[in-house]
Amino acid sequence: MTLDNVMPGQGGVISSIGGQGMLRRRLLDMGLTPNTKVRVRKVAPMGDPMELLLRNYVLTIRKEEASKIELKEVFNS
Amino acid sequence: MKYVIALAGNQNSGKTTLYNALTGSNQHVGNFPGVTIEKKEGLIKKHKEVSLVDLPGIYSLSPYTMEEVVTRDFILEEHPDVILNIVDGTNIERNLYLTLQLMELSTPMVIALNMMDEVESSGNSIDVNKLSKLLGIPVVPISASKEEGISELVDVIVKTAQEKEQPKKLDFCSGEVHKAIHSISHLIEDQAKKAGYPVRFAATKLVEGDEPTFEMLNITENQAHIIEHVVEEMERGLNTDREAALADMRYDYIGRICRDTVFKKQETKEQVRSEKIDRVLTNKYFGIPIFFGIMFFIFWVTFGVIGAPLQGLLEQLIGNFTDFIARLMITHDVSDWVYSLVINGVFAGVGSVLSFLPIIVILFFFLSLLEDSGYMARVAFLMDKLLRKIGLSGRSFVPMLVGFGCSVPAIMATRTLASERDRKMTIILTPFMSCSAKLPIYGMITATFFPDNAAVVMISLYILGIVVAILSGLLLKSTIFKGEPVPFVMELPAYRVPSRRSVLLHMWQKAKDFIQRAFTIIFIATIIIWFLQSFDWSLNMVADSSDSMLAAIGSVISPVFIPLGFNDWRASTALITGLTAKEAVVSTLSVLTGTSTDMQLSAVLNTIFTPLSAFSFLTFTLLYMPCVAAFAASRREFGSTKYAVLAAAYQTITAYIVGMIIYQIGILFV
Repeated sequence: MTLDNVMPGQGGVISSIGGQGMLRRRLLDMGLTPNTKVRVRKVAPMGDPMELLLRNYVLTIRKEEASKIELKEVFNS
Repeated sequence: MKYVIALAGNQNSGKTTLYNALTGSNQHVGNFPGVTIEKKEGLIKKHKEVSLVDLPGIYSLSPYTMEEVVTRDFILEEHPDVILNIVDGTNIERNLYLTLQLMELSTPMVIALNMMDEVESSGNSIDVNKLSKLLGIPVVPISASKEEGISELVDVIVKTAQEKEQPKKLDFCSGEVHKAIHSISHLIEDQAKKAGYPVRFAATKLVEGDEPTFEMLNITENQAHIIEHVVEEMERGLNTDREAALADMRYDYIGRICRDTVFKKQETKEQVRSEKIDRVLTNKYFGIPIFFGIMFFIFWVTFGVIGAPLQGLLEQLIGNFTDFIARLMITHDVSDWVYSLVINGVFAGVGSVLSFLPIIVILFFFLSLLEDSGYMARVAFLMDKLLRKIGLSGRSFVPMLVGFGCSVPAIMATRTLASERDRKMTIILTPFMSCSAKLPIYGMITATFFPDNAAVVMISLYILGIVVAILSGLLLKSTIFKGEPVPFVMELPAYRVPSRRSVLLHMWQKAKDFIQRAFTIIFIATIIIWFLQSFDWSLNMVADSSDSMLAAIGSVISPVFIPLGFNDWRASTALITGLTAKEAVVSTLSVLTGTSTDMQLSAVLNTIFTPLSAFSFLTFTLLYMPCVAAFAASRREFGSTKYAVLAAAYQTITAYIVGMIIYQIGILFV
């Protein structure tokens, strides 16, 4: 399952980061690395971007970018 | 002895607050050469021998954004004595990611561990001594906003600069990555030294496949093969690719450090509070209405409640002073041209510069509050979807909105945008938002030609400006700003109460900046226009400005506008004077037509324009290059006269083409 399909309130553990170039590097730099726990807190009023909680801070990314992030476990928190 | 300290850290880590606390108002603001990235330099208070350079807020040294390149180049080429790395203690994991990369640059380093007050008041703690020992770098706990720990920090900085001690530990890699970095280190050691690159940094960058490093070190084809082989081996061993491997290695190391040093029982009060505030401010239903409510309030206060009276007061003061000087000159019987120079040139110029000041100061008071509180990031979150299609992100929304009030502060507000590409595009597009100085023109023309549909015509102009901005955005996105946009991966910082010092300093800087940069250019422009308007070609002063050089120039230019449906020297002259300030278009028209009331002017305008050509004239005034004050602001933000001139040319050509299309299509139907 990819991160963009995760509902607000749910979370998961990252298995891999797709994409390439600057985008991919940026996601990795911001701490979205394999085995990191991520929680989806919210989706913006217009349906995009989404608000994430990871490594004890809040990050926002677009769904298009989130679709590059593959999760291995999904849980309700 | 003079030391240079480079301040580096993540965005939202309190970097600016620390910078202000260390240097006070003693700052020189400029740009890094060739880019629209702000460079602040100042001397540390009570240590005039130590200067502090504020580097852009970044999260990593991967050289994808200009901000990262600037930081990296500054440290590698300018060789600061110490890197002062500010780390947000409430968000330590992600902040240390940059720290580990900075450590590779083999420059003496000090960590300022910020927001320790928040960490402690929430019952959490960080073992600072242990952290310092594990990293091999001095770590000083501070609270930049409360100015705690600042003098201790300064002492440590000075001591580190004197002792020149480099970070001790670099080996935070393990296993396969360790193997790869080390074998490449041996391979390229000599070349790295020759190029002035720290070996460890160079090796890491080569593992990551960083092109600039390959070039700087003159890596031979043979070496490149070996490097590729080593890296592929590493990738096979770890079953992941090189970029993920390095990011993972750093975060893994950070994780181990934090386990030993960070004792966290709960989220900080600020984080809990932020989540509650966001339940309202980024609420699915209320979020956007609240945002527009806030912006409406800011506009109302800036341009109405405080702005207008303040501007009136300022005008009155200038008026009184002008009268005083005028009387003085009359009693001393100075010649006509001196009188005219002082009153119509100098005072008019100073007056138009000063008239922007109240707006800039008040607007930046509010914008700093929005920025420093953390709300601006939420606006980007709310509005991102709207701006994405034209290749921008939600962060550009506020500058563009401010553009409806005045382009000058709007362009100045682009400085807080996180990417250079977004800044440049926003500076070019913002002037298409119809600013309030154009209203008198719309008012005059619509009253004359469209008295029954005034509102429709005005609204259509505002919409036209937005449509042209959107089309321009699409055009720019697929031409000069082609290529990968900086991804919208943005932190939403915890809400914080803005510090009074930062807000005041920001207002003061913007005001100072505007006066310094805009003064010369606006002043010169006003004097030139005055000169052209007051003299004929044999440099005799003219009584009637229709005999002036400006009128002659207007007549020469005039035929250019035939495709737009008007060909009158008074109209083209008014467009020229409109460059000093847009509202001058109306006053020039009335001076050149020799009319003193709106009624009379209307009558003459009817002989210059048809309703259709009046509309194309309005379109042109809406879209053509902004006034010189806005031009000066864009030159300042671009950091380049060339770019500012190109932007102005683009806007004027766009205005011409749109005006022409409207007129040419219009005559088919009229």
